[in-house]
Amino acid sequence: MDFPILSSLILLPIVGALFLFFTKDKDGNNLTAKYVALFATIVNFLISIYLWISFDQTTSSFQFVEERVWIKDFINYKVGVDGISILFILLTAFITPLCIVSVNNTVKNRLRDFLIAILIMESFMIGVFCALDLVVFYLFFEAGLIPMFLIIGIWGGPKRVYSAFKFFLYTLLGSVLMLVAIISIYWISGTTDVIKLYELGIDAKYQNLLWLAFFSSFAVKTPMWPVHTWLPDAHVEAPTAGSVLLAAILLKMAGYGFIRFSLGLFPLASEVFTPLVYTLSVIAIIFTSFIALMQEDMKKLIAYSSVAHMGFVTLGIFTLQQQGIEGSIIQMLSHGLVSAALFLCVGVVYDRMHSRLIKSYGGIVTIIPKYSILFMLFTLAALGLPGTFGFVGEFLILMGAFKDNFLVAVIASFGVILGAAYMLWLYKRVVFGKLVNEDLKKMVDLNRSEYLILICLAVPTLFFGFYPEPLFNTIEVSVSDLINMHNLNIASK
Amino acid sequence: MELSIIFLPLIASVISGFFGKFIGDRNSEIVTSALVSISALLSIFVLYQVIVNQYEENIVIATWINSGSLDVNWSMLIDPLSAIMLVVVTSVSSLVHIYSIGYMSHDPHKPRFMAYLSLFTFAMLMLVTSDNFVQLFFGWEGVGLCSYFLIGFWFKKESANAAAIKAFVVNRVGDFGFALGIFLIFYLFGTVNYSEVFQQIPTVVDKNLLFLGFEIKAIDLICLLLFIGAMGKSAQILLHTWLPDAMEGPTPVSALIHAATMVTAGVFLVVRCSPIYEYSPLILNLITIVGMSTAFFAATVALVQTDIKKIIAYSTCSQLGYMFFAAGVGAYNVAMFHLFTHAFFKALLFLGSGSVIHAFKDEQDINKMGGVWKKLPYTYALMIIGTLALTGFPFLSGFYSKDAIIEFAYLRGNTTGYYAAGIGILTALLTSIYSWRLIFKTFHGEYNNKEIKIEETHESPMVMLIPLFILSIGAIFAGFLFKGLFIGSGDENYFWAESIKFLEPLSTDHPPTWFLLLTPCLVTISIPIAYYLFVKNKEIPNGIVSMNKPLYKFLVNKWYFDELYEVLFIKSSKRLGLFLWKFFDGTIIDGFGPDGISSFIKKCSIKANKFQSGFIYQYAFVMLVGFSAFLTFLIVR
Repeated sequence: MDFPILSSLILLPIVGALFLFFTKDKDGNNLTAKYVALFATIVNFLISIYLWISFDQTTSSFQFVEERVWIKDFINYKVGVDGISILFILLTAFITPLCIVSVNNTVKNRLRDFLIAILIMESFMIGVFCALDLVVFYLFFEAGLIPMFLIIGIWGGPKRVYSAFKFFLYTLLGSVLMLVAIISIYWISGTTDVIKLYELGIDAKYQNLLWLAFFSSFAVKTPMWPVHTWLPDAHVEAPTAGSVLLAAILLKMAGYGFIRFSLGLFPLASEVFTPLVYTLSVIAIIFTSFIALMQEDMKKLIAYSSVAHMGFVTLGIFTLQQQGIEGSIIQMLSHGLVSAALFLCVGVVYDRMHSRLIKSYGGIVTIIPKYSILFMLFTLAALGLPGTFGFVGEFLILMGAFKDNFLVAVIASFGVILGAAYMLWLYKRVVFGKLVNEDLKKMVDLNRSEYLILICLAVPTLFFGFYPEPLFNTIEVSVSDLINMHNLNIASK
Repeated sequence: MELSIIFLPLIASVISGFFGKFIGDRNSEIVTSALVSISALLSIFVLYQVIVNQYEENIVIATWINSGSLDVNWSMLIDPLSAIMLVVVTSVSSLVHIYSIGYMSHDPHKPRFMAYLSLFTFAMLMLVTSDNFVQLFFGWEGVGLCSYFLIGFWFKKESANAAAIKAFVVNRVGDFGFALGIFLIFYLFGTVNYSEVFQQIPTVVDKNLLFLGFEIKAIDLICLLLFIGAMGKSAQILLHTWLPDAMEGPTPVSALIHAATMVTAGVFLVVRCSPIYEYSPLILNLITIVGMSTAFFAATVALVQTDIKKIIAYSTCSQLGYMFFAAGVGAYNVAMFHLFTHAFFKALLFLGSGSVIHAFKDEQDINKMGGVWKKLPYTYALMIIGTLALTGFPFLSGFYSKDAIIEFAYLRGNTTGYYAAGIGILTALLTSIYSWRLIFKTFHGEYNNKEIKIEETHESPMVMLIPLFILSIGAIFAGFLFKGLFIGSGDENYFWAESIKFLEPLSTDHPPTWFLLLTPCLVTISIPIAYYLFVKNKEIPNGIVSMNKPLYKFLVNKWYFDELYEVLFIKSSKRLGLFLWKFFDGTIIDGFGPDGISSFIKKCSIKANKFQSGFIYQYAFVMLVGFSAFLTFLIVR
């Protein structure tokens, strides 16, 4: 067996966390803790780059597969990646170090514990994206909640407890049904191994119920309308790094789950429930865009825009067109970068002025020009301007949707207009205009670490906007085989 | 070499935008102007090659989006159509760059301004040289973005910010139609490359689609959706509201973006897609109607405006209407001809008005000007040339292109054609009146400005006048020189080659002589009339105004489009947003969802709490009741 590269990706952050656990927790700027965490995550990122380079793009079968017996004849610890999951691992490994750099300014107390939570969360997230056994997937999927729950509950804003519980209850309630579904799959098929299940297929008469059970969990995590109301609250209360992780990675688990499990395991049911997903997605896009228009809190606005963007993702996945699914994956990656950057941008001004209200800003462009330029770039990416990463995904999703259903594509395209309206209006009210609030004059422009983080996010946002080819090469075969398998299943019914 | 035409402006923009601070204001102005000028010279050379050697080329630069059967490249297509656009864009752009050095001399953010101008030029070049619809869309949104930046360039002005957002969002409405058009093209043909799409068009002529419950011809639908995009960008009626507001931007921007180049992108799109539009007489008729409505509507509004730039903006709107109805009657080459001549004389007028505004220290109200023609002799002369060309005074450029439009509309020979020709003539008369009103109120009569003394007004520096001078040469001679090339009927070496398609060759008849003479006569006669009305005897226009108050108000308020949209779209969206947020998310979802459940559980547990009161007699009583109920149940059963 080769070097267990995936397991080391999962374990390395935990090892880092263990180290941290044994360091002394000092108040204030705990440099040692930060360097340890940073080191662990950067090494992890390098490993994931290596993983991407050595990944074979010509096949859709799972690679780097590791299998170990966990409970005999029941659960195997099994991990592996294909073209769909590898990019999410890359995204996770890329965002986490940036989060760790960003805690510089945001987290004042118990820094060490905060870093431990982030590291553990990274482990779990990577676990989610490479798990090839339903039980293993479930464990990672749910365990990821715990650090996030703590991050919001301990380091959050004034209403943190309410938000943390709302977040926890919503997501857990969905997950219980998924657990039941996983157990029943084991009863029906005698295995929870995803690869085997792909080959065996699941009896048509169970698919609908099982699909719904998985759906209830994924829909909450996505979040889809109408179970999205936890997200704005969670974002508002979470510290910046928490918001970044939540928006950039946590939300992507569900989108990934839809592709891997809902489409892969229950093709017939996916076909049946497509209208449901379409309806909810379109409602999400339109409703939340209107709501975003009226927000007074910057973080809430971006949170609602996330719901709309994820609406595009779910729409794209269930078009079952090459363009739609590839668009969804690209959209998730771009949203991962762009929403992370936007939350960081809000964090930057929040750290200085301690207000997230839009009306307390205005006219800051001359005071902090570097910040204004980068914020503008991410605003444009969020509204899907061609030439930025945000455009590619959105455009492909709508193109795929149009092939499948005119009406849905037309309504969803309407969301693009609203997206421009709320993002530009936000930017205008915060950055342009007359300087009314005198305190703003004291603001200082981006410091080195903030500048570094935002540049790190800006470069791929632009690069992949003009040249997304490397990403398409990675996902192409896996997606087209997924669709072929799906069509075969439908045909053989 | 061809690629450097596109990329020199981008390089200029990067240098000025990112390194402007290091190289200084003056250097960034020189660098951007020089690079864009080189690009203009190269474009002229390319056009020469195209004319003389029938040079055509399709260069693929890189892959952009490659998903399944969708294959989009970054590319550069050179054919007669794009070569013409290259020359229009780069030459006007380079002149505007040079002019801006003078115009923006007091502005603290010069490098940023120059960077935006160059970036705009790059995006516009990407738009016109694309060989597929998606790159066209890239350029389309790119120019929209630069327009957004430049309209809002003076970011402290609340009105400039509002105008910038309005421009972007209204354009997005058009883009919404455009994007759907692209999706439909991909759906039908499985490709987005022009040549492949145009080849397959005849195969779908009879295909019908069920769209939102309506059975509609596929071709008609494509044309309609693309035209919605064109309407947004070219400020046609219903989607025109952003253009007058866009005048908040610095004047060079208005000349470049909102007169010569970006706003003509819609016309370019229709002409580019002539192989599709030719199969859709229905939508062509619609284009004619929209075009002539816009031409007429904008001309009426221009009659009563008092802001010098807004008058010219409405004039642009109106001239774009002319271009559309030329395209609508199938005379795509004439539309391109008018686009070409219009770029020169409208840029000239805008830059000239900029020179006037400069002289009056940022005053834009023509009621506060007057009598300065001796103080600003060059500007005055150049503005006169621009006005003559715009109104179609014989033998200046506008005469050739505008009259050709009216002639072809007449020759179309159907009802819309005659109707369009009639409206065209009427609008030409209106154009002449409002244009001369502008000239006379600005330069003649008494001096009306109370804040600035007449001695303080001054002629602009040479760096501003030279571009005006070059443009005026174009405004005078472009029509005469290029008439044969654009709309000549000679068969040998037909210029447009494959880039414009006619199903049936355009009519080569001539309309009756009285018809040909009508427009020039009207236009010429209106000059002394306008002089009499606006200089000699001002009581008459005032009298007309006071006699027709409602009509005047209707026109001054631009047919109330803004107010209507405010109520229909803006206020209602805000209200809807608030409703969905507070009521739907707050009261219903949260109320019945997490908050509702948690408060329900809380209530239940409070009730349950009350049972545990700790008093033995209460427990005993409950036990007794329960026990007897149980017994009763057993017995009765």
